[in-house]
Amino acid sequence: MNDVTDTSKIKAEASASAPASNKNDVILEIANISVSFDGFKALNDLSMKFMRNELRCIIGPNGAGKTTMMDCITGKTTPDEGTCTFNNTVDLSKLSEAEIALVGIGRKFQKPTIFESHTVFENLELAMKTDKTVFFSLFAVVDDVMRDRISETLKTVNLSAHADQLAGRLSHGQKQWLEIGMLLMQDPQLLLLDEPVAGMTDDETERTGELFNSLKGKHSLVVVEHDMDFVAQLKSMVTVLDQGSMLCEGEMAAVQSDPRVIEVYLGR
Amino acid sequence: MSNARTPFIVRFFSATGRTGWIAIALFALLTIVAVPVCHLMFQEGDALFISTFYVTLIGKIMCYAIVAVAMDLIWGYAGVLSLAQGLFFALGGYAFGMYLMRSIGLDGVYKSHLPDFMVFLDWKAYPWFWAFTDSFVYSIFLAIAAPGLLAFVFGFFVFRSRVKGVYFAIISQAMLYAFLLLFFMNNTGFGGNNGFTDFKRILGYDITSPEMRATLFALSSATLLFALLFGRYVVTSKYGRILTAIRDAEMRVMFLGYNPLWYKLFIWTVAAIICGIAGALYVPQVGIINPSEMATANSIEIAIWAAIGGRGTLVGPAIGAFVVNLSKSWFTVAFPEYWLYFLGLLFVLVTLLLPQGLVGLYQQLRARSTR
Amino acid sequence: MLCKLQFRFFSPTKILRTAILLPWLAAIFSMPVNAELIEGFPLDPELVHQLNGDGNKAKTNAIKQLTLLATPEAVQVLTALAEDRLMIAGDSGEILIRMEGEKAFDATSGKEVSPVPEDMDQVYPNNRVRVVLNTSMSILKLFDPNQEIRLEAAKQIEDTGGADEMFLPIMDRVLAKESDSEIKEIITLVKAMIGVKSTDPAVRLSAVKDLGESDNPDIKLKLTEMTDPANEADSSVRAAAEESLASLEQKILIGETVTRVFTGLSLGSILLLAALGLAITYGVMGIINMAHGELLMIGAFATFVVHDFFRDNFAEYFDWYIVAAVPMAFISAAVVGVIMERTVIRWLYGRALETLLTTWGISLILIQTVRVMFGTFNQEIANPAWLSGSVEVMSNVNLPWNRLIIIGFAVAVLVLVWLLLNRTRLGLFVRAVTQNRTMAGCVGVPTARIDTVAFALGAAIAGLGGVALSQVSNVGPEMGQGYIVDCFMTVVLGGVGQLAGTVWASMGIGIVTKLVEGGLGAVFAKVIVLAIIILVIQKRPQGLFALKGRTAD
Ligand SMILES: Nc1ncnc2c1ncn2[C@@H]1O[C@H](COP(=O)(O)OP(=O)(O)OP(=O)(O)O)[C@@H](O)[C@H]1O
Ligand SMILES: [Mg+2]
Repeated sequence: MNDVTDTSKIKAEASASAPASNKNDVILEIANISVSFDGFKALNDLSMKFMRNELRCIIGPNGAGKTTMMDCITGKTTPDEGTCTFNNTVDLSKLSEAEIALVGIGRKFQKPTIFESHTVFENLELAMKTDKTVFFSLFAVVDDVMRDRISETLKTVNLSAHADQLAGRLSHGQKQWLEIGMLLMQDPQLLLLDEPVAGMTDDETERTGELFNSLKGKHSLVVVEHDMDFVAQLKSMVTVLDQGSMLCEGEMAAVQSDPRVIEVYLGR
Repeated sequence: MSNARTPFIVRFFSATGRTGWIAIALFALLTIVAVPVCHLMFQEGDALFISTFYVTLIGKIMCYAIVAVAMDLIWGYAGVLSLAQGLFFALGGYAFGMYLMRSIGLDGVYKSHLPDFMVFLDWKAYPWFWAFTDSFVYSIFLAIAAPGLLAFVFGFFVFRSRVKGVYFAIISQAMLYAFLLLFFMNNTGFGGNNGFTDFKRILGYDITSPEMRATLFALSSATLLFALLFGRYVVTSKYGRILTAIRDAEMRVMFLGYNPLWYKLFIWTVAAIICGIAGALYVPQVGIINPSEMATANSIEIAIWAAIGGRGTLVGPAIGAFVVNLSKSWFTVAFPEYWLYFLGLLFVLVTLLLPQGLVGLYQQLRARSTR
Repeated sequence: MLCKLQFRFFSPTKILRTAILLPWLAAIFSMPVNAELIEGFPLDPELVHQLNGDGNKAKTNAIKQLTLLATPEAVQVLTALAEDRLMIAGDSGEILIRMEGEKAFDATSGKEVSPVPEDMDQVYPNNRVRVVLNTSMSILKLFDPNQEIRLEAAKQIEDTGGADEMFLPIMDRVLAKESDSEIKEIITLVKAMIGVKSTDPAVRLSAVKDLGESDNPDIKLKLTEMTDPANEADSSVRAAAEESLASLEQKILIGETVTRVFTGLSLGSILLLAALGLAITYGVMGIINMAHGELLMIGAFATFVVHDFFRDNFAEYFDWYIVAAVPMAFISAAVVGVIMERTVIRWLYGRALETLLTTWGISLILIQTVRVMFGTFNQEIANPAWLSGSVEVMSNVNLPWNRLIIIGFAVAVLVLVWLLLNRTRLGLFVRAVTQNRTMAGCVGVPTARIDTVAFALGAAIAGLGGVALSQVSNVGPEMGQGYIVDCFMTVVLGGVGQLAGTVWASMGIGIVTKLVEGGLGAVFAKVIVLAIIILVIQKRPQGLFALKGRTAD
């Protein structure tokens, strides 16, 4: 994938504020966040760090708080306590959802969320990294550079044949891919992917794994998944969440043999 | 492989297809040229004569059609059902009505500089918000600014707190109701119950003259066409696509970096302004504006015009406005007591059986016949 | 206030004292007035003859003197004068009291005169005299054993303001024997009002102080006058007047606030009754029923029909038509609800905006139908007698019975609805269906039937609201339209699906409306309440009491 921002004349909103060269710096730090819903603690004093250009998997039983964690990062839920810091400088709790997206965080929802009454092409067009103000949108046009970029993404997510089809007509797996494609169009520094391969065939799952592996190193990815084979395929660090707190962290093999993990998955 | 932007004018023209332009041209010819000419050149009894009654009726309905187009912009495309469009319409009407009241001059019943109702209340001077309304240009500005500003402020707060759907509809109705009550009061300075009426002239010309009537008619038609074209451009732009995207999946739009607040606020304000302009055109044609224009029933009826014609089609709602209002004027003469039954059934049947409206029905039928 | 009331009724010592002091006066009033004269005559002949003296002055003076005597004989004579039974014999010039059965008694000696003289003229009190006579009679009634009559008389004296300095001694006597604190209060007040006109500054001073004890708004003007040097020369009286005025104003303020809060509560209960049905159809089922106002209207018209039926057929039980109207309204609104649900709403579950439009259409049809059946105009509905009248809590706070009963009715309906939703199988089913229709269907809940029943229930409760409305507002085909915005505001403010929220919201809206109304007028009150609601929705878009749930967006 070529980096379009260099070539296009489009002004990118608040984008990368940190040096991309330093491979070991922290892109996102979650510090002591807690969230409760009417007394129920969905997240309990959770702290985590994600490195730049790292791929990280998060697993955990249902209701562990994985989605809630993403909600906190992206501003959908305001944590009762704690902070999320992006690029060491940006305090995400001060920003709205849209602003957080503009700083460079993209998110795929657990339930695929796309624009069903738009075509696949239009879905990608709307996701594209450009000026997102009303005035700009009123007069925006799709030029050839953008068109190229969209068709490239279409190819990446295997939807070229469906470009002009209404997105609502796609299969579940294709919708997942379209949403991933939209994320790619957004060109964020950090991608949060909530159960990206749910509802995909094994074949599709494997292709998705390849795609993520190829993104590794260019973007930071956080993948929440229940599909252990898929997680194994990504060969990354794995964090286990349970009851709103971190249970353990490590390589897939190590995590899988951890008795606490076995307990939470099988014990109850 | 050019990076150059397509010129605006080209995009504007491509927003409407060829048949669309032909239809527009025909409609313009008919309403801006033919009807006024027939009204002015022929006499009662001539085959081509168009009576005052019909010119006023159609002119009035064209103003309604403009409102219906505005309704479609916010309801059909942005998914925001407003039950307050009648308020913006009335505000535009009142703003221009202020000018009309002042140009009555000394010809009122009390032969005063002040409108009769102020004399009646024993007021000695105009209240502050009547300042400059003796200027035609300013009152036109006011007809745009008052609904625009109100819509902007209301919309800002309501959209910011993410009120939508049914909640929005109900809250907008509450606002409408509050204004209805305010305007009903005598001491608000808008003539209370009776509103403004007995207008005499616009820019010095007799308001009841055939020429004036023909001019207003042509202006209404031009405004309707403009609203349609403008709407067409907006909804086919990227902005329009984002608007429907917000309607379908607001979260997704936000996480793509768009702030739905401004997107909704823009179209909401624009729709209010369009309604205001329609109101300003309406008042001189019907010769009266009073708070009944703000009745809740009127604003809900606007929604049914849009639904009947077909939401999200722009032309549809305009057609809907014609269908409903022509049947209204026929019913209220032929079977006055059945009009409400008809209108009520229309509400029920259209939502149950004709969710795509007349335009949708037409498209379905055509799709079936070509297949 | 309540304590005072109870104290008044249950103080045994006072009752005892009254009983010992006044047996003789009680005796006069308990005997049939115009049968026989009782002992105790003679009266001063000069005084009696003055009743027919020259000029009003002489006559009124005589009346006052007789009043001051307050003896049974004097009462007899004055009563005769008031009832046009005091005659003057043409031949002897004696004043006679004419009695039933063609008897006559000498007004001075009390002896029967027979034969009754042929030629008698009535001692005719002209209007000026009659005013004084009325005051006198009222004052005499203050000795009646019946507390209600005494109270009535006291109020009359206060209202007419006819009493003057001459009556002060008898008022002191009244105060000395009176046990009822309310009557005492009034008489003290009357005395004070007389006292402030006195030429003696000391009398004025004590009168002004007495006035400060009152909570009667009518006195404010008098006291304000007395603070002005132009009207009151004595500075200590002026100072006392200031003080009294301040205390009076405070009491008036408290009274007004209490009244407003009460009317606010009653408005709130009306809102609650109107909105409760909506809390089910909208709050629980998610249907925007714009015909809700028309269901209220149908309830009111059902009441009207029952009202007319009772008037024409059971006039003697007319006062109880309202009791029969309650089930009638419930059933008729429920029937309309069932028809609406079966024919239209059933196809629109989950499409709130569509239900809004269709139900609006239905509301038009209902309005027109009622117009065709009953005419376009408002109908006359007479309140039952037991609903009229009011309870006086303070002299400036009257709580009308109909409002009190509406509050009680609202509470009863609320409790019923709550029990129905939370304590019955039906309620369980309704909640199950509205939370997860498919799942409820899978576990065997008859979803379609539950929908119908739930909607009919909401409609029926609106019908009950209509019964209440018929007692406080106009009953006409368009009456429902005025309530729809209020109802929705109430439900939205309270939080969808929250009965408790609806209760708080309706009471809050009611009280705030009435409090603001006092200062700014009804329209602004309404506008301000709407503005407040819009602002609240800003902070809590799901309403005040909504749970922070997953369904929240
Ligand atoms: N808005 C909300 N209101 C109430 N409870 C919530 C809300 N959001 C999440 N929860 C609760 O918080 C807990 C954590 O939810 P979350 O969606 O984060 O879990 P998860 O780890 O993503 O589970 P899954 O693997 O099933 O997606 C759950 O018990 C859920 O019911
Ligand atoms: Mg989840």
